[in-house]
Amino acid sequence: MDPLNAIVALTNFVLIPALAYGSQIALGALGITLIYGILRFAHFAHGDIMALGTAVVILVTWGFQAQGIGLGPLPTALLALPFGIAATILYLLAVDRTVYRFYRKVKAKPMIFVMAALGVMFVTNGITRLVMGPSEQRFADGERFIISVREFRDWTGLAEGLALRSAQALTIVVALIAMVLLFWFLNRTRAGKSMRAYSDNEDLALLSGINPERVVVITWAITGTLIVLAGTLYGLDKSYRPFTYFQLLLPFFAAAIVGGLGNPMGAIIGGYVVAFAEMGITYAWRRVFTHLLPEGWEPTGLMQILPVDYKFAVTFGILVIVLIFRPTGIFKGRTL
Amino acid sequence: MKKLLLATAVSALAAGSALAEEVPIGVLLGFTGPIESLTGHMADGAELAFREISESGLWLGGKTIRPVRADTGCVDSALAQASAERLISSDGVVAIMGADCSGVTRAVLENVAMATGIPKISPSATSPGFTTFDSGGLFFRTAPSDARQGELLADIVHGRGLTSVAVTYTNNDYGAGLANAFVESFEALGGTVTISIPHEEARGDYSAEVGSLASAGGDALMVLGYVDGGSNVIRTAWELGAFEQFFVGDGVFSEDLAQMVGVDAAAGVVGTVPSPVGDAAENWARTGEAGGINWGSSFVAESYDAAALLALAAQAAGEATPAGIAANVLNVANAPGEEVHAGDLARGLQILADGGEVNYIGATNVNLIGPGEAAGTYREYTFEDGQIVTITFH
Repeated sequence: MDPLNAIVALTNFVLIPALAYGSQIALGALGITLIYGILRFAHFAHGDIMALGTAVVILVTWGFQAQGIGLGPLPTALLALPFGIAATILYLLAVDRTVYRFYRKVKAKPMIFVMAALGVMFVTNGITRLVMGPSEQRFADGERFIISVREFRDWTGLAEGLALRSAQALTIVVALIAMVLLFWFLNRTRAGKSMRAYSDNEDLALLSGINPERVVVITWAITGTLIVLAGTLYGLDKSYRPFTYFQLLLPFFAAAIVGGLGNPMGAIIGGYVVAFAEMGITYAWRRVFTHLLPEGWEPTGLMQILPVDYKFAVTFGILVIVLIFRPTGIFKGRTL
Repeated sequence: MKKLLLATAVSALAAGSALAEEVPIGVLLGFTGPIESLTGHMADGAELAFREISESGLWLGGKTIRPVRADTGCVDSALAQASAERLISSDGVVAIMGADCSGVTRAVLENVAMATGIPKISPSATSPGFTTFDSGGLFFRTAPSDARQGELLADIVHGRGLTSVAVTYTNNDYGAGLANAFVESFEALGGTVTISIPHEEARGDYSAEVGSLASAGGDALMVLGYVDGGSNVIRTAWELGAFEQFFVGDGVFSEDLAQMVGVDAAAGVVGTVPSPVGDAAENWARTGEAGGINWGSSFVAESYDAAALLALAAQAAGEATPAGIAANVLNVANAPGEEVHAGDLARGLQILADGGEVNYIGATNVNLIGPGEAAGTYREYTFEDGQIVTITFH
C-alpha cells in the first residue's frame, strides 16, 4: 500500500496531460460555441484555421529566433502570438466578407452555411500546406521543464516520478486567463452584452439598435484569438502538424456539444470532460492500483477499459451518449 | 520524332543482329507506386552488374545480358503478375531480378514463377513469411528477413542482461512482423514481453500510448516503427520517466535522432540498422561511383547483388537456363570458394569458367542462409553526446 506513489503516478500520466489537453480543447470549443451561438452555424473550418494561425506564429517565431530575440525561459512563440492572432483575425474577416456575409444576407439555411464552412476548410487546408508543408514542425524553445521526473525522484525519494513541462503549465495558465477575460468581456462590457443579446434574439437586438456587423466582427476577433492561442499552446505542448490540427475538430465539437452548444461555460467544462474521458478510459490503471492495493493483490491485467487506439472512439461515444440522453448538453445549449 | 524513330530503328537492328548472343533477364520492380522513388536506382544497380558481366566477355563464352524492365506497382498484384507473365512468355527471360515489395513478390512467385519454373532473386522483400514458404528452390533474396532483425534485437537485449521489455510497433505489416519476430525470439531466450501494442504515425500526442507501456512496465522499451512516430514515443516516454533504456529497429534509424528525442534520452537508445562493412562496402562505393549510379540509395546494393548472383549462377551451371540458375545460386553465394566483391565480377566469371568455386561477397556481404535469404550485416549503434556511435557489427 503506497497511496503517495499512486497519486504521483496518476498525476504524471493522467491528470497533468489531461488538464493541459483539456485546456487546449476548451479554447477551441469556445470558438465553436461562440460562432454557433452568434452566427448560428457549425464552423467546420475551425481546425484548419487553427493550423493556419499557428503556422503564422511559427514563422514569426523562427524569424525572432534567427535574430536572437527571445524571452529567456519562456518560449519565443509567446512574442509571436500577437502577429499570428492579427493575421488570423484578418483572414477570418476576409473569409466572412467574401463567403459568409452573402449567406447571412440571404438568410441561408444552417446546412448551407455548414457547406460553405466546409469549402473554407478545404481552401484553408490547402493554404496551410502551401505555406508550411504537411510535415511536423517544432518551434518550442526556452526552459522545457518546471519539474522533471529525475529531479522529482531525487527530491522526494519516491519510486514514481512527476514531470511538469513548462508548456503544460503555460497552457493551463494562459487558458485560465483567456477564459476569465472572455467571461468578463461577455458579462461586463457593452460589446459583450450586445453579443449576448444578438445571440438570444436577433430581431430584438436589431430593434434595440445593435449593429449586427459589429457583433459579427467582434465574434470573429474573439474566435481568432482563442483559436490561435489553442493552436500555439497545443504546438508548444505536443507538436505542430496540419493534419493533427484538422483532426482536433472532433474533440472540439464533442466538447462544445457535450457542454451545450452556444454556452461558453459548457464548452470549457466539455473540453475537460472529453480530455479526462479520453485519457482515463484508455489509461492502463495497473500501475496506480499496484501502489494502492495491499501486497499480493496486485492486478495481473493492464486494467485498461479500451486500448489506446480507441481514443477517438471515446470522443464519439461521449457524443452519442449526450445526444441520446441530453441533446442540449450539460448546460442547456441549443439542440443541433 | 525523327530522332526517336531513328533510334528505335537502330536499336531494333542492333537487337536483331545480336539476338543469338543475348540472354534476356527480367528486372521486375515497382517503377510506379509507393516506392517509385527508389526503384529507378535499384534497376540501375541491377543493370550495372549486368553491364559489368556483359562487358567482361567471359560470360558463357561471350554472351551478353539484356535486362528487360517491367513494373509491379509495388502493391498491385494483378499488374505485377501480368508484367511477370509478359517477361516470361514474350521476352523469354531465363530469370527475374525482383520483385520488390513483399506482397507482389509473393504473388508473382506463387502464381507465375513457380508455375513456369523461373528463378527469382528479390533485392528488397523483407517479410518473414518467405522464410517458411517453400518455393521449390526458385526464390532467393539479398535483403535480410525482418525475422533476422527481430532475433538480433532479442540477442542484443538479452545480452545486456535485461529480462523484461515493453514493445510498441507501428501499425502496419512491417511493424507487426518485426514485433512478432522479436517477441518470439526474446521469449525463446527466456525474456518476458510485458506488453506489445501498436502506435499510429503522425499523432500529435503519444502520452496515452506511453501511459499503457509504463503501466505494463519493463526494463526497457522496444520501438519498432519509423523515425516519425518512434522518436515521439521515445521522447514522451523519457520525459514522463516511464523508461530509461530504449531499443529501436531499422525504421527508426536517423542520424538526427538525438536532436529529435533529446540528447539525454538518446544516450539510452540502442538500435540496429542494415549496413555493409569493411571491404565489401568500400568496393561497392568505388564500383557504384565508377558506374555513375546513385549507389547509396536504399536497396541499390542488394539489387546489384541479386543481378550478379543470377549471372554467376548461370556461369556456374554453364548454361543460361532457369533450372541451371536456380540450382547454382546457393553454390556461388556461399563458401567455399574464392571471394568475389562488387566490381570484380569478371574474375568470378573466369574462376567459374576454369571450373573453380566462388563465394560471392558482393556489395552487401552476401551470405544466404535458410531457404536462400541474406543473413545481412547489421550495425548496432547508440548515441554519445548526441553523436551516433557504432557499438559493433553483427
